[in-house]
Amino acid sequence: MSFELETAPANATNLRRVAIDPVSRVEGHGKVTLLLDENDEVQQVRLHIVEFRGFEKFIQGRPYWEVPVMVQRLCGICPVSHHLAAAKALDWVVGAQCLTPSAEKLRRLMHYGQMLQSHALHFFHLSSPDLLFGFESEVGRRNIVGVAAAYPEVARQGVLLRKFGQEVIRLTAGKRIHGTGAIPGGVNRALSLEERAGLLAEVDQIIAWSRDAVQLAKRLHRAEPGLYDVFGSFRSNLMSIVGANGALDFYDGKLRARDADGKIIVDGFDVQNYHALIREEVKPWSYMKFPFLTSLGPEAGWYKVGPLARVQNCDFIATPLAEAERREFIEHGQGGLVHAPLAYHWARMIEMLHAAETIKDLLHDDDLSGSDLTTSGPRSREGVGVIEAPRGTLIHHYRVDDDDLVTMCNLIVSTTHNNQPMNEAVRRVAKRYLNGRQLTEGLLNHIEVAIRAFDPCLSCATHALGKMPLQLELQDAAGQVVGRLSSRV
Amino acid sequence: MPSALIAPVVVLACGNPSRGDDALGPLLLERLQAWLEAEGLADGFELIGDFQLQIEHALDLAGRRLALFIDAGHATQSPFEFRRIAAGQSTRHSTHALSPEAVLAVLPRVSDAEPPPAFLLCVCGEHFELGAALSVAAQSNAAQAFALLERLCYAPVLAGWAEAASAFVDMNHGGD
Repeated sequence: MSFELETAPANATNLRRVAIDPVSRVEGHGKVTLLLDENDEVQQVRLHIVEFRGFEKFIQGRPYWEVPVMVQRLCGICPVSHHLAAAKALDWVVGAQCLTPSAEKLRRLMHYGQMLQSHALHFFHLSSPDLLFGFESEVGRRNIVGVAAAYPEVARQGVLLRKFGQEVIRLTAGKRIHGTGAIPGGVNRALSLEERAGLLAEVDQIIAWSRDAVQLAKRLHRAEPGLYDVFGSFRSNLMSIVGANGALDFYDGKLRARDADGKIIVDGFDVQNYHALIREEVKPWSYMKFPFLTSLGPEAGWYKVGPLARVQNCDFIATPLAEAERREFIEHGQGGLVHAPLAYHWARMIEMLHAAETIKDLLHDDDLSGSDLTTSGPRSREGVGVIEAPRGTLIHHYRVDDDDLVTMCNLIVSTTHNNQPMNEAVRRVAKRYLNGRQLTEGLLNHIEVAIRAFDPCLSCATHALGKMPLQLELQDAAGQVVGRLSSRV
Repeated sequence: MPSALIAPVVVLACGNPSRGDDALGPLLLERLQAWLEAEGLADGFELIGDFQLQIEHALDLAGRRLALFIDAGHATQSPFEFRRIAAGQSTRHSTHALSPEAVLAVLPRVSDAEPPPAFLLCVCGEHFELGAALSVAAQSNAAQAFALLERLCYAPVLAGWAEAASAFVDMNHGGD
C-alpha cells in the first residue's frame, strides 16, 4: 500500500528530484529523495535506508558461541545491544532461560551502561547542535565543536556521561569494544568490590547531570511548544517490551503495543512468538522492510519504537527521579499520547536518568560480585532474544544445527521498526516547511532534524576516512544536476 | 590517571574488522602491539582501537607527548599517506564518527588540556563490504605502512615524526 506523499500522483508533470545523500550525522548511509513540481510543491518524499541483511548470511555457519561477539560488528554505536540480544537468544539454545541472579544483574548493568552512553551521545552530540542553535543556524557552527565552543559545560557533561557509560561497559564486558562479557547461559566475569566502589564514587554526579539533561530537554520543549509539539508530528501505534508489572524495562519483558489514542491493543506477548505478532512489508523503492502488527495489517499496523514509545507504553518507571519526570511527560500529553518526533529527545533524557539511577541501585547489589555466573539445561535448536536497544526494540532469532553451527539468523533492528514512522515524519516536515519555497541548506536540514529524532542506525560501523561523503544533489526534470554540495569526514 | 602513569604516546586506530579493508586500522594496531612487546617498547605507548573515532577519544589525548591516528582511507593515495594534523573541523561532519582533526578540537573545549602534536597514518583501502577479507592491495599497503610504523616507534619524538611527514609530502607531492 502507499501513504500520502509516498508516491507522486500519476498525473504530476515536470517534477524535479532533490536527493540528500547520505543524511549527515546519521550512521552509515541514508538518502532522502524529494520530487518537486515546477512550483516547488512537494509531490513525493522517500527515505531510503540500506539495511544490513548481509550480516544474517555472514553469521550462518558460525559456531553459536561466537555469535554474541561477532554481532557487535553490526554497529559502532550500540554493539552491546546486539551482544546482549544475541546472548539472550542463545540462552535458549543452551537451555538457560532463567539465568543466575548474578548473571542477569551483570547483563543488566552492562545494558544500562550502554543506554546511558548512547543516549548521552545522541542528545549532547548528535541533536543538541540543532536544538541549541536552531535548525537553520550557520551550518559551520551546527556541530559538536560548535556546541563545545558555545556551551562548554553542556559539551563536557556529554563527554563525561558517555565516558561513564563506557566504563560500565568495559568493566562488565571486559573491554570497551568487542567485549565478551555475555555468553550463552550467563556471563564470564563479575565485578570486584573495588570496581563497584570506583563506579559508585562517580554515579551521584552522573545522576545529577542526567537530571540536568532532562531539565534542558524539557526547557527546550516548553520554550517553543509551537515547534516541538508540532514539528513532523503524526499519530501511530507504539510498541516496546514492558517488564514485570508494567515497569519500563530495557533488558527483558513481554511485548506490548498501544494504539494512537493510548489504548493497549497487545499485551504480555511472548517474544519467542514475535513472528506471529509482526510481519514485514516489502516496497519496491526501498531496501528496508516495513514492519506492521499482523492483526492490523500494513495500513494501520505500523508503529513507533524507541524512547517515545517506551516511556508512554510502560505503566511506571521503577526509579523515583525518572518516574517523576515520566509523570510530567505524560501530563504534557493532556490525556493523550505525545506523538511529536522532537519529544523523542525529552523521553530519551528521562530514560538516561532512569539508566543512571538503575546503575546506582545495581552497584549496591552484592550479586554483582557473585561467583555463580552461568547455568544450562536441556538444549534447544532455536532461540529468540529481544531487548530494548537505545533506538528501540531489537530482535535476534537464531537456529542451530547438531554441530552447533548457526543455520538461520533473522534480525529486526529498531531502525527497521521505525522505517514507516521516519518516512511519515519526513513527509510531514517536507509538506510543512518545503512546499512552495526555494530550497536552502537550512530548510533541508529540517528533514534531517526529523530523522535524527529517531536516531536511525543504518548499515554502519564502517568509517574509513573519506568513506562517508555528504552529498546533496539538485536535479531538474530532465535529470540534469543543477547544484551539488559535498563534504567528507 | 596520574601523569606518571600515562604512556607518552597514544596510538588510536579505528575500523571494523568485518568490513574488508576497513580492518586495516585494527590489523595494524594488533601487529604494532605484538611488535612493541617484542621490542620491549610497550611501556612508552598506549594503543586504543575502536570502530570509529568518537568524542571521548579526545580525553585519551590528554597528557600525551605525541598522538598517532591510524585509519583506512577511501581514495587515499596508495600505499598510504602520513601527515601532521591540527585541530579543526569539517564544515559538515558526522558526530557518529568524528575526524581526527575534530577529536583534537574537542579536547580543549571539554578539559583544560591542549591536544598533543598529532599525526595521521591513512592506509589506502579499496573494498569495504561486510564479510569481505582484506584485499590483496590492502595487505601490501599494510606491510609498507607497518615499516613506517616501526621507524616511528623506534624514535617517538616530535622532530623525527615531523621530518618523516615532511619527507613523505616532499616525496609524493614534489614539495609543493
